[in-house]
Amino acid sequence: MGKIEWAMWANEQSLAAGLIYATGGIVGVAGQFRGWQFAAFGIAAGVFVCLLEYPRSKRGKGTSVERTGQYCFTVCVNAFGPLTRNYYVRAFLHAALCVPGGFMLATVLGCVCLGIASLIYLSAAIHGEHWEPILPRTEPPKRVGDSIKEPPQNPPPRPPPELRRKKADKLETAAYDNPMSVTVNE
Amino acid sequence: MSNWIINQGLSAFILVVWMGINIFLFVYFYLFYDLGPQFEYTRELLGSALPWARAPAAVLNFNCMLILLPVCRNLLSLLRGSFICCGRTMRKQLDKNLTFHKLVAYMIALMTAVHTIAHLLNAEWYTNSFQGRYGPLATKLSMLGDSRELNTTYLNPVRSNSTTPTILVFTTIAGLTGVVITLALILMITSSMEVIRRSYFEVFWYTHHLFIVFFAGLVFHGAGRIVRSQQVTDPPHNNSLCENQLENWGETADCPVPQFAGGFPQTWMWVIGPMIIYLCERLLRFIRYMQPVSYRKIVIRPSKVLELQLVKPGFKMQVGQYVFLNCPAISQLEWHPFTMTSAPEEDFFSVHIRLVGDWTEKLIKMVENLPEGGQGPKMAVDGPFGTASEDVFDYEVSMLVGAGIGVTPFASILKSIWYKFKDSDPKLRTKKIYFYWLCRETYAFEWFADLLQVLEKDMEERGMRDFLTYKLYLTGWDQSHVNHAMVHFDKETDIITGLKQKTSYGRPNWDREFEQVQQENPSSVVGTFLCGPQALAKDLEKKCVKYSDVDPRKTKFYFNKENF
Repeated sequence: MGKIEWAMWANEQSLAAGLIYATGGIVGVAGQFRGWQFAAFGIAAGVFVCLLEYPRSKRGKGTSVERTGQYCFTVCVNAFGPLTRNYYVRAFLHAALCVPGGFMLATVLGCVCLGIASLIYLSAAIHGEHWEPILPRTEPPKRVGDSIKEPPQNPPPRPPPELRRKKADKLETAAYDNPMSVTVNE
Repeated sequence: MSNWIINQGLSAFILVVWMGINIFLFVYFYLFYDLGPQFEYTRELLGSALPWARAPAAVLNFNCMLILLPVCRNLLSLLRGSFICCGRTMRKQLDKNLTFHKLVAYMIALMTAVHTIAHLLNAEWYTNSFQGRYGPLATKLSMLGDSRELNTTYLNPVRSNSTTPTILVFTTIAGLTGVVITLALILMITSSMEVIRRSYFEVFWYTHHLFIVFFAGLVFHGAGRIVRSQQVTDPPHNNSLCENQLENWGETADCPVPQFAGGFPQTWMWVIGPMIIYLCERLLRFIRYMQPVSYRKIVIRPSKVLELQLVKPGFKMQVGQYVFLNCPAISQLEWHPFTMTSAPEEDFFSVHIRLVGDWTEKLIKMVENLPEGGQGPKMAVDGPFGTASEDVFDYEVSMLVGAGIGVTPFASILKSIWYKFKDSDPKLRTKKIYFYWLCRETYAFEWFADLLQVLEKDMEERGMRDFLTYKLYLTGWDQSHVNHAMVHFDKETDIITGLKQKTSYGRPNWDREFEQVQQENPSSVVGTFLCGPQALAKDLEKKCVKYSDVDPRKTKFYFNKENF
């Protein structure tokens, strides 16, 4: 498994886990299950995880593909600096968030999925990965150099000599060399 | 509209049939559990959550049966071979096997979600019933014990006050297997996302083997027989009468104690067939792995391209097919697909391997360090597997489009044409071939340009210049190319490829190309074959539909795409 960037898989897993956590929470609250308070926490935690994980990180190698409309999320997540950039923090955060889910059946699946995501993030952090925002590149507009204002110093480039045809009999009076034949019938 | 029918009609039909079966199963089993009298008492405890759980279960049975079949590539090859009678359109459906696999997977995921949510409700309501929160009838039913002496059978799987839904789930076979296989499914799905699959294939491939856990759990999921239906007793228990006489159960003749029994597990009946087929598929791959493969020739081509000419006893191929190669010295478990670049008429098969990633890099390094004329590392070959290119000789006129590395299958096709023409093979229905080669730069494809040169010379010697029309498009050109071309414009051969046909710059204008083909072949059936990126496939597919005519006297374009 040569060039694995674990964070990419951890990201997919945690996004799915967030959705499952939130869905389990909704079922628990709507069905008024015993322990619905844990379900309510599950909804909040699930939504938070989804928002945090939605913006994809820039890949270390290769082209990064953004998720649709992730730019505003990228900006928000980026604003937290090292808290969100570091994957150790994320791994610990997910581990902490998943624990309350284990106390109620509806959220137990979300708990386990988030726990697995936390482990994958831990692996990513150990491998030295970190989150990079995908920001649009602003290229400086192409500047025309100042030298365009001066007259040219060199004559325009000419094709190599073997393609220049000289009419042998008119060598002295020729004003210029024809690099290519200019008559139709030749 | 009619053009769409020609090109997409059968796929749409198959989808409609599949969806129809899904909907039928869902509705049928929903009504079975919602209206069936044997579940009346169960519904007393669970309400409509019971049918909401059982209906997706039926759909899941059906789809879990289907999901293994599209990935049995040897089986599909067999079907392709036996469909020669049934026409192109049928065989083209087999190209879309991976799309179907994904579609079925999405349905499984959706139904799993519905099924799980319904069972969350069931677990909660069973527990509540036992604790007497749903009225006297529900409580009475829940209290029915499982005792042979008292001649009672239970209805509610919750048997004690201390059972919570979580405990219920983790102490029943159904619950435990359910959680495990749902987890396996989630891991499989997250690692199959396009991002992961395209860039980190190993994660996808190894995680996807969790399907073994999935199917094992699935087969045992119903073993606990936790869904219980009411049995007919002698004398019969009249539900509507006895509902209101809870005290008299077992006392009066009208209301004997109702008996319940669990439903016979059925999932294994659905999935056992495909599981056996898939097992045979993997067995076949393993047998092929064990067969000896020897090297006939190893050539290191310019731009880090490795050509391997291999010989395997009993190996037969068709044009444009691909094989899976496994090199135990590099990785025991990795199989990588490569299109074959040799023609079936040759007594060996060859692949051209480009340095793209870890595996190819290690292979090329290993081969570079070989002594002169030595045998290469032990290689296992699985295949050959069919692709759309097998159909290329069935069309009177063929348009072959190879983009970048996608030009490889066409090496095989063009070589085969050369051999067939030399031998005047009557199987060759093709009268005209248009070949379009698009690449950003010719780096790593010099070997293909060599092949074209040889063909070009040969065709000219036989006076067959019209048979093959090829156009080359260099899409990654820049100013230096332009200068170079301007300077050498009147050379007879192209400066980049050395071929008589001049290279064009930029992308082809497909409208013009299709028009030209249409004009030169007014009443033919034209097959368009592409090996290249998805965007180009969409483009060409649209053009095929646009320039096709339902009228049999006019040109018809059929689109075929290779996929890996």
